[in-house]
Amino acid sequence: MTAGNNTRIFFVGGVIAYRALFNWLNPWIFVPTLIVTPIFQLLFFAFLGRAAGLENDRFYVIGNALQVGALPGLFAMTFAIAGERWFQTLSPVLATPANRAAIFLGRALPVIANAAFVCVVTFVAGALILHVHIAASAFPALAVVIAVTSISCTGFGFICGPLGLRWRDAIIAVNLLDAVLLIFCGVNIPIASLPAWMQAASEYLPITHGLRAARRVADGAALSDVRGLLAAELAIGLAYGALGFLWLRHLEVVARRGATLENT
Amino acid sequence: MTTLRVVWTGLVVHFKITSRSPFAIGVGATWPIVNATLAYFMYRAGGTPQTLLYASLGSAVAGIFSMIAIDASGAIQRQRFWGTLELLIAAPVRFALVLLPMTIAVASVGIYCLATTLVWGRLVYGIPLPLEHPLAFVLAVPATLISVGVLGFALCMVLVRFRWAGQIGNSLEYPVWIVSGLLFPIAVLPAWSHPISWALATTWGMQALLHGALGGPVWRDLGMCALLSLVYGVIGFSIVDRFLDAARRSASLSLT
Repeated sequence: MTAGNNTRIFFVGGVIAYRALFNWLNPWIFVPTLIVTPIFQLLFFAFLGRAAGLENDRFYVIGNALQVGALPGLFAMTFAIAGERWFQTLSPVLATPANRAAIFLGRALPVIANAAFVCVVTFVAGALILHVHIAASAFPALAVVIAVTSISCTGFGFICGPLGLRWRDAIIAVNLLDAVLLIFCGVNIPIASLPAWMQAASEYLPITHGLRAARRVADGAALSDVRGLLAAELAIGLAYGALGFLWLRHLEVVARRGATLENT
Repeated sequence: MTTLRVVWTGLVVHFKITSRSPFAIGVGATWPIVNATLAYFMYRAGGTPQTLLYASLGSAVAGIFSMIAIDASGAIQRQRFWGTLELLIAAPVRFALVLLPMTIAVASVGIYCLATTLVWGRLVYGIPLPLEHPLAFVLAVPATLISVGVLGFALCMVLVRFRWAGQIGNSLEYPVWIVSGLLFPIAVLPAWSHPISWALATTWGMQALLHGALGGPVWRDLGMCALLSLVYGVIGFSIVDRFLDAARRSASLSLT
């Protein structure tokens, strides 16, 4: 396998696999699931926050706009990897001599773009509906924060792919992981008001550091002021991604040994 | 008698089917706990812990509606997918009587949401369930389940023309949670949204459970649940016949 082939598999193969396996791309699913639901999630928690007298609308707009990036991150990565099994194409894919990293990591790129798109749409819609003002000078830095958080959410989603290969009802676990991010990462509840063990756990989850960075940037901080937070966010996402990839390789070896590749 | 038997048998069968669905139970029973946990932390951190029971009951009703939004809105499409739609329509029983217990059964599985949320609130956060009107509270549970189930029946029929009805129904989760005032009072919403709240069984079911537990005009809420069930039923029954006529005329019943 040449480097050129690997690059082609990474980029072209990734896009083709994503288009084929992520069946939410149909506008009848994409719009209700990845546009309407995130916006209403944001509004729901903003109203809940108002009733609880906890934080202002800006807190919920930033928090939820970044967290909804986890929706494509978690679900699309599950579909893009475990979908091979549901469509019974896993054996042909694994029978090819193609580089596994190029095959599976390439699928993450469209997911990252999708996650960033969902974040931006939700952010803009939430800010417009709730009249949240953020200085235009903060937009470039916020774009970087959104990109980094989308990468880390997609990396986190990488552990869902192998889960889908291992467990028929992995979508339940994916939902639970989404819930964990919603509760632990300071999306709607200030992390300081969570119990100590939850605060400690939040430090090892994606979104937490990205969200801190986004809120500081929205308050006027420069990108250089939050580079430590962004580095931590990126490192956490990449660590989950690496873990997911290693797990995937392990499952492949085990499935070959036990002839259990297509077992459902 | 036949009608009652069809409805009862359908209810029991579909309750069993839904109860054995790992997705329905796994997601349906855990998300209310997630919502309740979020609401507990938010109300507690905001210094309004007296609303914790409200959050508990609201999360349960939200869970009941989620079951409907996810499962019932695509009930016809699911029958198509299973290949049983033609058989059900060809049966010598009115199709609406087959569909209605399906959606009520899905909502009834929401009883797990109510149980898990109340037990979770009690065990983890020590939230008591006072029950000012025990009889009314006990009546409010089936009233909520049935009225939300019939709402699902109407929703299923309204979305019948859409191939992706399940996904569209799913996207109604948050909007309905918002306008029904399940985790916060509808007073925080703009006034124009209040008539929408009043037209939803989730609003009155929530109020009935809350008033049954804490005291209040619970009989009015139960009456509204019954009235809305009737209205949703009429809407559903009137659409189902039109749908069947159109599908028979164009031979499109099994098209997916």
